[in-house]
Amino acid sequence: MTLEIFYLIIQQTMFFMVPLMIVALGGLFSEKSGVINIALEGKMIMGAFSGIIVISMFQESLPGLPILLIAILVSVLTGIVVSFFHAYAAINLRANQIISGTAINMFGYAFAVYFARILTGTQNVHFVNQFRIESVPLLGSIPVIGRMFFQNTYITTFFGFFLMAVGSFVLYKTKFGLRLRACGEHPGAADSVGINVVRMRYAGVLISGALAGLGGLVFIIPISTIFSGSVSGYGFLALAVLIFGGWNPIKIIFAAFFFGLLQTIAAGHSAIDFLPNISGHFYRMIPYIVTLVVLAFTSKNTAAPKALGEVYDKGKR
Amino acid sequence: MKKEGLADILSSILVVIIGLLIGLMILFVSDAEQALPAFNTILTFGFSSMRNIGDVLLLATPVILTGLSVAFAFKTGLFNIGASGQFTIGSFVAIYIGVEFTHLPPALRILLAIVGAAVAGGLWGAIPGLLKAFRNVNEVISSIMTNYIAMFLVNFLIMNGLSFRGRYLLNPIFDQGRGTTTRMPDSSVLPNFGLQNIFTDGMRSSHINIGIIIAIVTAIIIYIVLEKTAFGYELKACGFNKDAAKYAGINQNRNIVISMVICGVLAGLGGALNYLVGTGLSMSTVDVLAPEGFMGISVAFLGLNNPLGIIFSGTLISYLFLGGTRMQVFGFSVQLIEMVISIIIYFCAFVSLMKLFLMDKSTRFMKPKEESR
Repeated sequence: MTLEIFYLIIQQTMFFMVPLMIVALGGLFSEKSGVINIALEGKMIMGAFSGIIVISMFQESLPGLPILLIAILVSVLTGIVVSFFHAYAAINLRANQIISGTAINMFGYAFAVYFARILTGTQNVHFVNQFRIESVPLLGSIPVIGRMFFQNTYITTFFGFFLMAVGSFVLYKTKFGLRLRACGEHPGAADSVGINVVRMRYAGVLISGALAGLGGLVFIIPISTIFSGSVSGYGFLALAVLIFGGWNPIKIIFAAFFFGLLQTIAAGHSAIDFLPNISGHFYRMIPYIVTLVVLAFTSKNTAAPKALGEVYDKGKR
Repeated sequence: MKKEGLADILSSILVVIIGLLIGLMILFVSDAEQALPAFNTILTFGFSSMRNIGDVLLLATPVILTGLSVAFAFKTGLFNIGASGQFTIGSFVAIYIGVEFTHLPPALRILLAIVGAAVAGGLWGAIPGLLKAFRNVNEVISSIMTNYIAMFLVNFLIMNGLSFRGRYLLNPIFDQGRGTTTRMPDSSVLPNFGLQNIFTDGMRSSHINIGIIIAIVTAIIIYIVLEKTAFGYELKACGFNKDAAKYAGINQNRNIVISMVICGVLAGLGGALNYLVGTGLSMSTVDVLAPEGFMGISVAFLGLNNPLGIIFSGTLISYLFLGGTRMQVFGFSVQLIEMVISIIIYFCAFVSLMKLFLMDKSTRFMKPKEESR
């Protein structure tokens, strides 16, 4: 019986972990290029909204897989479009990045609820979940690991890990990644060797928007059949993942797993008999508390990009 | 200097107009026939009766205070995105005292609720302040964390109370049916000193109370502290140039903590004034951050981070909100106003740029022949 619960916890943790990981990777791209991205939440909401609308529009006329692909594409595009506003304010207009981020978060929620009301009459957009994979062929029948990772799962889960691998490779093993990171560490030096700081930062913010938009969709699909204009603060939680993971992709995976596990426990701790029966609020609080503690102990020699949040002014070089 | 002030105000007004025009476009896209009457409602409803004016002021009270909180931080070189959490903590303390301390005489109870909320908010604000001063933690990031901690903590305390070895230190104040805090007794509501007789449409009165007066007085005090005292000057000096301030012998760490505590006091006070009202407003236990804190960001920047300007920007934002709520009779949801406000915040982000543009225009207008470049 306990083993059953263990499998269930792992499967559920994957649902929470993967969006956190994808969005934190998005945050990583933006912050490595030097732009603070507290707008992840708003971008997730917009991505989830547009993707879910697409699903609910086509679910009767198309089979599952093509719908999912279209929805992913739409979510990614939405994230990019929304990010463009953040990038334009932060990079071209040298505006305060926190203010424009706050604006986007607020706009995302209001937009999703407003247009959901117009399209469906209520705040909720319903959709049919036809994307669940009962068991992945072959892999699902592996003992233990098959139960943990390849049953009751979604294609988006594997896609998330794939993106994580590709993203890390791009950031750390390609010329583009090196240039992007240079813009976040020392934009003046990057500029002096001919790197276009503006273009690189745009790339960072837009990639981050694409991943955040996707993350919103990936968050909603496994856990609900209703989208009501909220991603439950996962954009900010992903920011915590990014910091707790020390801006390092490998550590981000573990941080996302840890926070995802805590979310799972918070949601279902009463069913897990070996855990103390304290309120789910406490489990939900832990990620933020541990992130604060990590910040307090590492900030003197922080892993954050050196020029994070700094407006790049060519004239001051 | 004077021209700069004018350009400031003009750019703020321009930002609001841009926001409203985009809002109008969205209305047209969603329902062209109802768009104009709905838009008209947004623009005029707040002024349509004395009662509505009272309601605008009632709505403005908390956001003026969170706006002051954000602005005070900004003037001292900090960004207080944590107003939401400070507001939440303050709200909880005020509601708890209002609901549970019924053995105290009402006047004392209300005073205690207000002071308690302000102190609690201040303590909550101290956390990012201390982390910034002594551990060099970016206050924006730590405030995001403390916002969520505050929300979960308060929701927990509302629903479960706090017990130690079977004894309640804090009682739960949860109304299961409504999913909110228990309703405040009428004796815990802020007095209105006859304001409700002024702000009435003959049939019904606004629930306006002295909260708005407290908010305005607070704004004036903050203005005096920032502009007319050595203490305020010191705090601002840290914001302008922290190295110069340090060189001048100003204790920077102490000032950061003090600034954040004051920010927290302001936001916490806003929480108290928001909930000690006679409208039956209760605190929800849904896991959503208090929007008043983020509204404070728009109020602060629209008010040019000037405490006196914030009285006006807070009132303006609330005016739009009241009209937006009313607009629902035309089939539009109030989120339109939230969109408009978020657009306003977005443009506030580069208000300084707009100001330069306006000043440039006016300079050319005044001396057309003297092109200096």
